[in-house]
Order: sequence, then C-alpha cells, then structure tokens
Amino acid sequence: MTRLRRWLYAAGILMLCAWTLVPIYLIAVSSLGPSGTVYAWPKQFAPGGLSLHTIASFFAINGVWHATLMSVETAGICMVLSILLGLPAGYALARYTFVGSDAYRLVIILTRAFPIGILALPLSVSFVSFGIYDTPLGVGLVHTALALPFAVLVSSSLFLGIPREMEEAGWVFGCSRFAAFRRLVLPLAVPGIAAVAIFAFVISWNEVFAASVLTLRNRTLTAFLLAVLSESPLHVQFAGGLLLILPSVLFIFLVRRYLFAVWGVASR
Amino acid sequence: MRNERLMPYLLIAPSILFLAVFFAYPLVETITLAFRHHGGWSLHNFGTMAQDLNFRDSLVNTFGLVLVVVPLQLVLALAMALMLRPLRRGRDLVLWIWSIPLGISDLAAGLVWLSILTDRGYFNTILFHLGLIAHPQSWLTYETPGALFAAILITELWRATAIVFLILVAGLQLLPKEYAEAAEIFGASPWQRLTRITIPLLKPSIQSALILRTVLAFEMFATVLSLGGRNFPVLMSEAFNWQYNEQNAGVAACFAILVMLASLGATLFYLRAIRVRPEQLP
Repeated sequence: MTRLRRWLYAAGILMLCAWTLVPIYLIAVSSLGPSGTVYAWPKQFAPGGLSLHTIASFFAINGVWHATLMSVETAGICMVLSILLGLPAGYALARYTFVGSDAYRLVIILTRAFPIGILALPLSVSFVSFGIYDTPLGVGLVHTALALPFAVLVSSSLFLGIPREMEEAGWVFGCSRFAAFRRLVLPLAVPGIAAVAIFAFVISWNEVFAASVLTLRNRTLTAFLLAVLSESPLHVQFAGGLLLILPSVLFIFLVRRYLFAVWGVASR
Repeated sequence: MRNERLMPYLLIAPSILFLAVFFAYPLVETITLAFRHHGGWSLHNFGTMAQDLNFRDSLVNTFGLVLVVVPLQLVLALAMALMLRPLRRGRDLVLWIWSIPLGISDLAAGLVWLSILTDRGYFNTILFHLGLIAHPQSWLTYETPGALFAAILITELWRATAIVFLILVAGLQLLPKEYAEAAEIFGASPWQRLTRITIPLLKPSIQSALILRTVLAFEMFATVLSLGGRNFPVLMSEAFNWQYNEQNAGVAACFAILVMLASLGATLFYLRAIRVRPEQLP
C-alpha cells in the first residue's frame, strides 16, 4: 500500500470508531456535567466537570427505582428461562441425530424472521385472566420467547465445539450420561452459557414494546421512560438514556468473544 | 436403548411447548382479533384502520425508512467488514467498539441522538460555530418532516448497523483465501475481486443479515417516539396507540398483521432475489 492509502485507511477506521463513540460521550457529558449543562447554549464539547446532580435528580423521580428493580427482575426471569429451555434443546441438536431435528432447527430460525414483540398485543388479554398482567413474570415470559431462539442456536454451536469423545470417555469409565455431562461437558461450557445468559439479559433489558403493552404500574425501566417521555424535562431523558446504555456496553464487552457464535454461526 | 431414542425429544420438548404457548398461540390470536367484530367475522377493523388519520402517514413513513435505511446499512456494514479484514494491530479493540451499538436499545439510541439534535444540542452548537445559525433551531417538529426523517435515519444507522456488520464479518471469516488469491494472480483488480468473488461468496450471510435487519426495521418504535414524539407515526406506534389509548385490540391487531405481512414479504423477497445455491458455496 502506498503511504497515502495507508493514511486514508487508518483515518477511515478512526472515523468509524468516533462515529460509534462520540454520541455516547456526548450524552455522558450532558448527564454527568454540573446542573444546567443540559440547557447551556452554546454547548461545550469538553466535560465541564463531573457532577452526579442530574443522575441523582433522575433517581429522585417517583417510580424510577421501582422501574429499575422491575427491569432487573424481568431480565433475570428471561435469563433463567432461556437457559433452562434453550440449553437442553441446544444439546439435543448438537449431540443427537434424530428425525425432525432439521425441522426443529428451521422453526427456531424462522421465529427470528418474525416480529415477535408484536405478539404481546393479544397476550395482554390472556395475561389479565391468568393474573400475570403487569408483573415481571408476564413480561419475562414474552422476552423469553424473544431470547429463546438465540439461546438454542448458540448453545448448540457451543456444545458442537466440545469434543464428543470427552463424554464417551466418561461413559467408558462408568459415568451415567447425565454425570458425564455434568462433570466433563458443563465445566467447559460455563463461559458460553454465561454469554447466553448475558445475551438474554440484554435482550430483555432493552425491549420496549412488549414491556409497554404488558405493564401499567409495574413498568420496566424502558417502558417507564417511554411512558413519561412526553412530560419529562430533557435532563431526565438524557440521564435515563445513559443509564440504559451503561449496562449494555459492559455486557457487550463481557461477551465479545461470543458475538460471532450469536450472530455469525447462528444466522446460517 | 428406547430411552436413548426418546432423549432428544425430551430435551427439545420444553422449548417447543414454550414456543407453542408464547409464539403460535398469540399468532393465531392476533389474526382472530383482527377479523372479529361484535362476535362475528368481518373486515370492520381493517376499515377502521384505513380510516385512521395517521394510517397513510404511518405506512409511508415505515416503508420509506426501511427502504432507505436497510440498503445504507448493508453498504456501510460491508465497508466496515472489509476494512476490518486487513487490520492486524488493535483488531479486537476496533471490533468491540464497532459492536457496541448492538447492546444499545432503540429507546436509548433515540435519547442519545436527541441530546445531539435537540434545540440547544451539539449539532446546533456546531452550526452556530460555523456561523450558519444565530439561535437554537428546532429540527424534530411537525414543521420539519425532512429533518425529522433524517434524524431517525441517522439514529437507526448508528444503532443497528452493528448487527449487519457482525454477520458479514462472521461470513467473511469462513471464506477461503484461495479464490481471491487466484483472482489476483490472474490480474483481477481489487474492485473486480470484491464484486466477482467476495460478494457472491458472501451471499448467504448477506441474505440472513438483510432478513434479520429488515424484520427488525419494520418493528421500529421507540427510536421514533423518543425523537419525534407523535410527529412521525409508524406502524408500530399506531398499533401501540390503538391498543393503549383507544383500548381497541382489534384495530391494533390489524396494524400488527400489517407489520407481519411486511416482514414476511421482505423475507420471501430476499430468499428469491438472493438465490443461494448450495453447490456453489465453498
């Protein structure tokens, strides 16, 4: 490569990094600056000092703590259910050849080519009669439907990556099928399972539509923010936006090794 | 060994049951809700939907955005994926930074860009320093539909290109280097190698990225509401409005069916338009 082309290439990479990072930086400057930063004109691009004033006034709003708690509970339910339902199915796809496995895999992939969030609309009626409308359990169940296809496909590719011979060796030495799984496969699979769990958590934490349709007083953080959006001052909106982003960025960092298992392999 | 043959079915049974209850049932229920009115079957709800003042706008806005944003995302993501390939030092860091938006919700992304594009925001500050405007200017109102469209477009481009990018990077990693090397030996230019070798081999990944991304784009909801409020109706926000404010689940279901049909249509279109022949794959 010529010198000029190398320089252009590096500049392009850096510009795309800035395109991703600068907006996050700007909302952080807005919500972590001294009070009044949000309404200042013209804006300063450098942070004018660190202050938790805006964040504190956000958490002082009636209902924010409750909504945060609801979000964590909902995401926790989604995480546990996705693992409990998805892991066995992924194991079955990876280790057994059985009639219908291709059909099952196809159904799982097809559910992703479908706007699942919209299915919350009819569920609100039946949720009322089952007494789970406006509860974290109700929202968590719908979010599990969103996360389950990922959980199945990722855990399937996860178990495919662990040699079958290890388990077979366990059987030879007298382990039952389950004991071989628990003692030999599970320890190797733990990081991947954690990644699946984190993904389920993020999917639920970020979901807005179903959560808004299925709750009234026990809103999740996203549904709460959306409901109060039109009557909230800007600093509340920005603080809420920053708080929604921070956990997600951290999560993506934690699962960065598994991003391809989720989006790459699973999308074929 | 009967047990062994039943085992895989026992393992997938819980997930099938779950999807039956939370996927198949609400799907059927949505269709029922849409076509039922006062105890009988009718198209009445669809008539109400068509007479909704925002119906035309929501249809035009949704399709307009999808048609503009998805091709742009494909081009941008492809460029990013190709730029990442020759990178040696700092590859993991760049990959992580470019993937960050993947974890950001549509609502949060809308709020991030609101902080930039609002009246006293950073965008107007730049225009002010360039001497283009003297006072804060509104971009996200009913009177500036073009600017509002552009704002939503940029936000979607920022937030949701990462998913296309990751699928394409994963696809590129699977391509054998020999094809491009052979083409280079026979004198193909970089552009020829890209359009004749890399992109055709990448078809399966492009196809699944487009399907996934288009379906999600039709579900656009919180980005639009956080930036434009009710100034920019889309199909999902109308569905939400009919369910929530008008308390009319039937008309909401009609909007839902519209979104489903659009997603299904797009998926079928991609499956036909981007033919993937298994025997041609490496």
